[in-house]
Amino acid sequence: MRRRVKRKMEKANKPSTRLIDLFLAFARVGMLTFGGGVAMLPMLERECVQRFGWVNNDELTDYFAIGQCTPGIIAVNTATFVGSKQRGALGAAVATLGVISPSIVIILIIAAVLNGFADNPYVIHAFAGIRAAVCALMVNAVVRLCKSNVRDWFGLALAAAAFVLTVVIDISPVFPVLGAAILGIFAGMFTERGGKQ
Amino acid sequence: MSIYFTLFWEFFKTGLFAIGGGMATLPFLSSMAERFPWLTQEQLANMIAVSESTPGPLGINCATYAGYNAAGVPGAIIASFSEVLPSYIIILIISKMLRRFSQSKYVSFAFGGLRPAATGLIAAAAWGIVSIVLFNFSAFASGGIAAVFNIGAAAVFVLMMVLTNIKPLKKLHPLYFIAFAAVLGIVFEL
Repeated sequence: MRRRVKRKMEKANKPSTRLIDLFLAFARVGMLTFGGGVAMLPMLERECVQRFGWVNNDELTDYFAIGQCTPGIIAVNTATFVGSKQRGALGAAVATLGVISPSIVIILIIAAVLNGFADNPYVIHAFAGIRAAVCALMVNAVVRLCKSNVRDWFGLALAAAAFVLTVVIDISPVFPVLGAAILGIFAGMFTERGGKQ
Repeated sequence: MSIYFTLFWEFFKTGLFAIGGGMATLPFLSSMAERFPWLTQEQLANMIAVSESTPGPLGINCATYAGYNAAGVPGAIIASFSEVLPSYIIILIISKMLRRFSQSKYVSFAFGGLRPAATGLIAAAAWGIVSIVLFNFSAFASGGIAAVFNIGAAAVFVLMMVLTNIKPLKKLHPLYFIAFAAVLGIVFEL
């Protein structure tokens, strides 16, 4: 609790986020994300939570949850959210541009100059290594998220149910997200009433 | 109709209707390949290979590549921008609404349920990637339990798990681990 208050005070003292920081942070995320989607979680955590403190792990999870149910690329959706929280519509545009511009530049170079890039043996071997490392970074990030987001038996049950439903039955993430939000409202109303009596 | 407008319209639709991230855009690209001369199924396959061996969100990589094939650099830029435009607008609206209702107890109740479930979803997506990279389940029938692991990838994974969790290295930027793993991949020909 004390830590949270302290963090709030630090935030109040800090000058407002610079647009160039938003652009560069998300450009780094875009440049160093291999595989998209969840694979970018370690990079996002590094830049937005640990380095700049723009959001905390809870908010990052919220953005992922909403990103799963709204159209578009999750990396881009998260950039828009964080940018908008910091500097409104302009910040959102800058962060979004930041996350997509490295891709555009790299793909243009490859498409224009490097024919057979994906067949190059060095590229194939390097990416086999990178993919394994990304797995390790992802597992670490997921463990950190579990620590901050799964706090009680109710949370553990919801997390386990969402995991099993999507892995085993392969349903769209929209249903677990909506279901969990509704269950959360019921549980909140129930404990609130219990607390009053 | 000019090619630029066609690109804008097609990728705007893709950005608007592809729910759930990069991979969800593939059916839309495939349908484009069927309907237009500037994209073939073979190019689509190449594009996925290139996207998977370059950094960045898959959806953007695909849009840039297809746009470039159709109409050069302006085409690439138009395709990428129009793919992100719908989600930019939608997320901006949701973000404004979230801030307005952030004091509401029902919103915070909903997020109380949403966060653990989203964590489960993230774990599931991570498992999807880990299971493809580290395991080869179809080999179980012929080679038994040992054949199930992709030995090289599993070794790099274990090494990275150790390195990323020991004290002095823990704070390093993920970039260093990625670069080190790329070198390992080339040296040991993974």
